[in-house]
Amino acid sequence: MQITSNDFKQAASRKLADPKVQKALRNAKGKLVVARAKVILELDNFEEIREDAARIRDFGLLNMDVLLEEWEKRATAAGTIVHWAETAKEVNDLVIEIARQHQVRKIIKSKSMLGEETNLNHALEEAGLDVRETDLGEYIIQQFGETPSHIIAPAVHKSMDDIADLFAEKHKRPRLDDITALTHEAREILRPHFLDADMGISGANFLVAETGSSMIVTNEGNGRMTTTMPRVHVAITGVEKVVATLEDVSSLLRLLTRSATGQSISNYLSFTTGPKRAGDKDGPGEFHVIIVDAGRTKILASEIREALRCIRCGACMNHCPVYQNIGGHAYGWVYPGPIGSILTPAYKGIENAIDLPNAATLCNQCGVVCPVKIPLPDLMRKLREQQVEKNLRPWTERAGLRVWAWMAARPRVYGAFVRVASRMGKLLGDRSGLLHRLPGAGAQWTSGRDLPAPKGKTFRELYARHRGGKSS
Amino acid sequence: MSARENILRRIRDANGRAGAATETERRSVLERFGSHPRRPLPAMDWEIGPHFRERCLAMMSTVDEVASVADIPQAVARYVKQKNLPVAGACWPAFADLDWKGAGLSIEARPSHGDDKLGVTGVFCAIAENGTLMLLSGEHTHATTSLLPENHIAVVPASRIVRAMEDGWDLLRAETGTLPRQVNFVSGPSRTADIEMTLVIGAHGPFRVHVLIVGD
Repeated sequence: MQITSNDFKQAASRKLADPKVQKALRNAKGKLVVARAKVILELDNFEEIREDAARIRDFGLLNMDVLLEEWEKRATAAGTIVHWAETAKEVNDLVIEIARQHQVRKIIKSKSMLGEETNLNHALEEAGLDVRETDLGEYIIQQFGETPSHIIAPAVHKSMDDIADLFAEKHKRPRLDDITALTHEAREILRPHFLDADMGISGANFLVAETGSSMIVTNEGNGRMTTTMPRVHVAITGVEKVVATLEDVSSLLRLLTRSATGQSISNYLSFTTGPKRAGDKDGPGEFHVIIVDAGRTKILASEIREALRCIRCGACMNHCPVYQNIGGHAYGWVYPGPIGSILTPAYKGIENAIDLPNAATLCNQCGVVCPVKIPLPDLMRKLREQQVEKNLRPWTERAGLRVWAWMAARPRVYGAFVRVASRMGKLLGDRSGLLHRLPGAGAQWTSGRDLPAPKGKTFRELYARHRGGKSS
Repeated sequence: MSARENILRRIRDANGRAGAATETERRSVLERFGSHPRRPLPAMDWEIGPHFRERCLAMMSTVDEVASVADIPQAVARYVKQKNLPVAGACWPAFADLDWKGAGLSIEARPSHGDDKLGVTGVFCAIAENGTLMLLSGEHTHATTSLLPENHIAVVPASRIVRAMEDGWDLLRAETGTLPRQVNFVSGPSRTADIEMTLVIGAHGPFRVHVLIVGD
């Protein structure tokens, strides 16, 4: 996917001013946040499971090489054909090569965020292949020619009316204005493609090393179709998805679906180990898995390696006050919200996503809800530090901080400045005690909000008086 | 150097480990495979049977009970009539010899194709925690029968209901030792909320899942 993260501020302003986006975001926030809060109460030891989940993921990260080797050994023994790809381009090339080997014409795809990273659909279409997304949200987005705005709910920014118009146009059927009817129409349209596609492409939520399996979590059944109906199945997955045992996955799943959609469990959990077996009447004849780096080992070696614990539930974005107001597209790449503010600069270069680590109040809502305890605000702070160290912040900000540092080291100057500034602030405030416009660099801050004008004495004045009173 | 070697080397570098994996490193992983330690489980201080039924309903499956396997066709006929569904479909070979005709049904023992309205399967086991069916793909346990038809009827022997997913894995290890092509955990009919976060039942998989518990 093309990165547009350096357009963050303008994009965010556009989204804030877009009533349709705002309506969709309010709707989603209400449902997802409430659903999660309710369903985690089913687990009396939610915090204990969460602590342990972080340990499971850390075991996976620390032993990733051995786990992948052992996974590969068992997968290969079960008949899986394993490939390794260092870059996004290698992923796409491998998939196209497999498609060519099998004279594939039509491909059905189950949701894969890694596929979004590598721009897989585009590459497949360029290669002359017919590729169809089958997750309803992804299908809608593909028909619109857009990109997902949320990792779990890709079309969350679209209204029923948008989709009704789209389907009427693309399906050439009478326009429907009912969500159930629209969903069932998509089912009817996609069903024949499931039955006659040559190849299925899926992601993987986890790789299970002890059994050589890859597994996916879905609700719609399109994942089962994609991994069962076509004659070739290709799964693409990042190196960090490997965990040791079925017990590890079972425990992570208790957290994943609850954190993602507020469900106790997803409708379908599918563990695939190799292709069709002797005697099997269904299932693909060939099963390929592509293990992908594409920037992951770089993160593993960095100070933000905990970001690789991520199990892609989306809870951090659902609970983020910034995401809740601007939606996913403003972030400008595959992963929005707090985890996107970390992964995007890490994968695409810190200079290409300069605003993202700063697009947060560091309120730690994300850190509190993350099922694998990724310290998201800490990681954003580390990326901010890197920006400063690499001199990537705007010169105005750097100069301002230098002036402030100079003053802060000189108590008298600092005291005098604060005194003057607070008096001026008091004069500039209106009758209700609010500042509508700050001068200089502060103007941007007040363009969208008011600042309460300073009142009464400064802290230093009060402190001096208090100390004076006590000692006398 | 191949992509594989490059990636594995970068992983080892990132973890501060030089050269190939040592025996000690490999042993810590293999020990975990061998003992597959259970992670912390939530409290499960409920009775398995009633909890399974309750959770099936919560996941929007329907539940019925019969005394023996021979009663299955009549129970299916009852369900089909009550929901006003077509009477034809496919079943797993294990149910080939049941008296479907006598119950007014036309059920064939074969993998399902896209046009079947009814699919009758067994289960490997069922899991009480979330009202889940554990299904294994296989020569006689076709994966398509629980996927393509609009209505999936699953026969669950009461003795095969276990508490948690972890118990399902233990049972699988004890009884077959290896994993089939695909293990599917099915919890209720297929669904989506991709349009305006509104739940719709019947996305690409079955519209209905009916759980028939046999015996106690």
